[in-house]
Amino acid sequence: MTGPERLITPEDVRHVARLARLALDDDEVARYAVQLSAILEAVDAVRRLDTADVPPTAHPFPVENVLRPDTEMPSLDREWVLAQAPVAESNRFRVPRIMGEAP
Amino acid sequence: MIEYETVVGLEVHCELLTVTKLFCGCRNAFGDEPNTNICPVCLGLPGSLPVLNRRAVELALRIGTALNCRPERSIFHRKNYFYPDMPKDYQISQYDEPINVDGWLELPDGSRVGIERAHMEEDTGKTTHVGGGGRIHEAGYSLVDYNRAGVPLVEIVSRPDIRSAAQARAYVDELRSILVATGASDGRMEEGSLRVDANVSVRPVGATEYGTRCEVKNLNSMRSLERAVDYEVARQTALVESGERIAQETRHWDEGDGSTHSLRSKEEANDYRYFPEPDLTPLVPDAGLLAAAAEGVGPMPAERRHRLSSLLAGDAELATRRDGSTDQVVTVVDLGLDDLVRDAVAAGADPRLALARAANEAAANPEGAKSLDPAAFAALLKMESAGQLSATQSKEVLAELMSQGGDPARIAGRLGYEQMDSSAFEAMVDEVINANPEEWQRFCGGDDKVAQFLLGQVMRASKGRANGKLVAAAFASRRHV
Amino acid sequence: MSARPAPEFGSLVEIAERVRSGTLSARAVLSQSLDRIRELEGDLHCFNAVTEQAAMEDADHIDHLVRSGADPGPLAGVPVALKDNLCTEGVPTTCSSKILEGWLPPYDATVVRRLRDAGAIAVGKTNLDEFAMGSSTENSAFGPTKNPWDTGRVPGGSSGGSAAAVAAGMVPLSFGSDTGGSIRQPAALCGIVGVKPTYGVVSRYGLIAFASSLDQIGPFATTVADAALGLEVIAGHDPMDSTSLDRPAPSVLATLGDGVEGLRIGIVEDFLSVGSDCRDAVVAAGEALSAAGAKVDQVAIPELLLGLPAYYVIAPAEASSNLSRYDGVRYGLRVDGPDVETMNARTRGEGFGPEVKRRIMMGTYALSAGYYDAYYGQAQKARTLVIRAFEAAYKNFDVLLTPTTPSVAFPFGSKVADPIEMYMCDLCSIPSSLAGHPAASVPFALSSEGLPIGIQVLAPALGESVMMRVAASLEKAAPRAARGPVTP
Repeated sequence: MTGPERLITPEDVRHVARLARLALDDDEVARYAVQLSAILEAVDAVRRLDTADVPPTAHPFPVENVLRPDTEMPSLDREWVLAQAPVAESNRFRVPRIMGEAP
Repeated sequence: MIEYETVVGLEVHCELLTVTKLFCGCRNAFGDEPNTNICPVCLGLPGSLPVLNRRAVELALRIGTALNCRPERSIFHRKNYFYPDMPKDYQISQYDEPINVDGWLELPDGSRVGIERAHMEEDTGKTTHVGGGGRIHEAGYSLVDYNRAGVPLVEIVSRPDIRSAAQARAYVDELRSILVATGASDGRMEEGSLRVDANVSVRPVGATEYGTRCEVKNLNSMRSLERAVDYEVARQTALVESGERIAQETRHWDEGDGSTHSLRSKEEANDYRYFPEPDLTPLVPDAGLLAAAAEGVGPMPAERRHRLSSLLAGDAELATRRDGSTDQVVTVVDLGLDDLVRDAVAAGADPRLALARAANEAAANPEGAKSLDPAAFAALLKMESAGQLSATQSKEVLAELMSQGGDPARIAGRLGYEQMDSSAFEAMVDEVINANPEEWQRFCGGDDKVAQFLLGQVMRASKGRANGKLVAAAFASRRHV
Repeated sequence: MSARPAPEFGSLVEIAERVRSGTLSARAVLSQSLDRIRELEGDLHCFNAVTEQAAMEDADHIDHLVRSGADPGPLAGVPVALKDNLCTEGVPTTCSSKILEGWLPPYDATVVRRLRDAGAIAVGKTNLDEFAMGSSTENSAFGPTKNPWDTGRVPGGSSGGSAAAVAAGMVPLSFGSDTGGSIRQPAALCGIVGVKPTYGVVSRYGLIAFASSLDQIGPFATTVADAALGLEVIAGHDPMDSTSLDRPAPSVLATLGDGVEGLRIGIVEDFLSVGSDCRDAVVAAGEALSAAGAKVDQVAIPELLLGLPAYYVIAPAEASSNLSRYDGVRYGLRVDGPDVETMNARTRGEGFGPEVKRRIMMGTYALSAGYYDAYYGQAQKARTLVIRAFEAAYKNFDVLLTPTTPSVAFPFGSKVADPIEMYMCDLCSIPSSLAGHPAASVPFALSSEGLPIGIQVLAPALGESVMMRVAASLEKAAPRAARGPVTP
């Protein structure tokens, strides 16, 4: 493994874990840093490819304009849905306090 | 001293008037019982997939056309971030290939604001904060309702062409009129179907580069928008003048204390990790979609103002604004009474009078005005122009026409508004002259201001039945030279 | 290795025919299945849940339909097992993850509905690698599934439970999902047939997403004909899935027995540097097809080797986004916290296993600011190169042949410690996933240790018909001992 630009550090792991809302302890952070670095190394061939003039493929099949009519369909039974909720209150989903505003 | 100019760009989110949500068949409705309009798709349940609502696309294209945008082949992207009102913890939106680009909007004063893009995206659910002061960071916990999650939105992003709080307000006013005129939105800011965020910065007058901008959120009314822009401009100007740096950040408008507050969270800015939405296909605005989008759409407010103004063409007094329209034209179009005026003029009414009566008197009863028969309106206006009715009498007849309908001539007759005998008001004119010798001397000496007083005396004595023009003529003809 | 041939159900067509004609009751067929499950499930752990009661009710209903003269459908009375990432209304669907333990979907996946409508009887939800991420089913939060051929070895993954259930004779038909090989590889390791359709031929509505542009649902069966019928029942346009192809599903059964006379078959050179048993099997497969009248040649398509690294950028990237919704708010596991962000992080920290976390982080990294172009952007372009390479190859060949996977079933624990070694299991199966092409694995030989070896048949998009024709031909040439079902 060469080049600091390809190494994933524990700080990188913490950053990515924060973006992905994954709580990790220090042992995990260290372990994942090593494993993710190895994976990044393994996929490096992709990064180094010469892809000038090669368009990306988002879909294997180029289909367009799949649309549906503006027609009402039955909704779910609220009782059933709320019964699955970890915590519900006043017919709503309850969550612990939100620290920031929505982006 | 350096003078600073205000630079504002506005982001307006507009909920579309579709029957169902953007990606599923749940009802798109405001005010329903919480969590009753949800399904696997809009709740983001495991295994669910989005399917795009054709009507939402048509309305989005319609909005783009109304804003003079160019429709483009577009794709959807995922905007990834965690927030409890987001069922999938990503929002399906559009990123660098949006459906409408490069448009503009004309304000009533004739100025133009560029529209960068008007793209489609899904709305989020609604959170209610419980406990504490009701503000987010004071709350004990929050409750989420997903009825609104998945409602179709068009986000309209202006270019930073706005130069004052007043212009910002005018922009939103005009945009709202356009959105309502297209039938794409009901424009109810108070219900949240229209939401505005402002990007505000300042720079020295004459500079070409932009200053650091701040995004201001939580603008729940036009008044908040104006106040917030003014506040933010003052805040930034003060900082710049004292040599301080402006932090690029999102700020929250507090209606209570009339200021903006920083929303800097404990981490760095969001990394949305946009990538093309693999569950949806690209969208091509083909002939079918464009035709469906244009179907049944009338002219936009700007065009309606132009059409109305052209009726008054050549009337120099009214050409006070750049696009030739006046406050009255703006009001009449705003109230949807422009067709009434144009029809009345076509039936022979005086354009200036028709406009005035519509903008002033009819505006007092907009519902009644909507049901006014243009032929009756025209007939009444012709009676007034011919001197058969005074202005006051005409207004009274109009009021009754609007509330009860009928025939203007018959109403005038019933109200006793026959033409006042010329000998009767001639006698009144003489009486007023005799009763007010000082004022009469002044009038004869060329004081035109006192003419209003003398005229008023006759109008009072005749209980408004005298024809103002004819009375004025009577005074004029008696003036000693 | 001690596996012996096991009692079979007979072909699906036979079962359905006998049930529809009333000569065999659906209950009787179901009993055979449930007895077998009772006998072996304690050891093999193919299932996360066996829905015995509901299955019996369904079987009674089928028998009732038959008695009243109605036609229950082409899979009447056939017991089927469903991978536990397919939503089944009212039946727990866990993706073998703690984060969805106990979750009850309020709806059926489209595929599940079509199977019911065809008269099939769902007997249970099978084990998988957590969220379909893995090649051995060792990543299941509820314990691994054992390979019926050798219970010290993995059945493959991620659809290990579905493969093992068929391979052990518990059900004649099961369904799994395939993103980079998750049907084909376990089929090969378990000595049965597994098919991944063309992307878009089978609806993904109700399949809990791993990587949206790659996921497909497909059948496991002991014979090509049975797999073909299973595929035809579930295939076809679904308006609930925007990526579902709006055209008639490929007809496979009608041409199944047409043979391979005149077909041009290419053995992909680049996948021959595998274990010698697997390589020998592919060569033998080529010879068998040649003997049957096909024109067999080797072909070099080195671009296909780009597949693995491209896949391990694209799949985790899409997965990282697809798995964001598991945040403890609306369903599933919640581990509490003082604020919602902490609650999210603790829930996901405890609810996800290590492989899932690795892939979420890898995917998040590949999409993050500053890295998107270098990783995700490049990988999507590599994908284009793979597609173009296939297109060029299919100008000269009708189908391609490869080993399904580089090795036979490996012992538990032998690859889990090294993620990359595990990823290499998908080397041969990934390229067709990236291209959206169909692929099938057919059991063809046994290794020197007596473990099954599968041959992979690749075809161009919507080429299921020619693909299954070749698969049927391979099956004819293969020794009976090379395929299940077996008793451990």
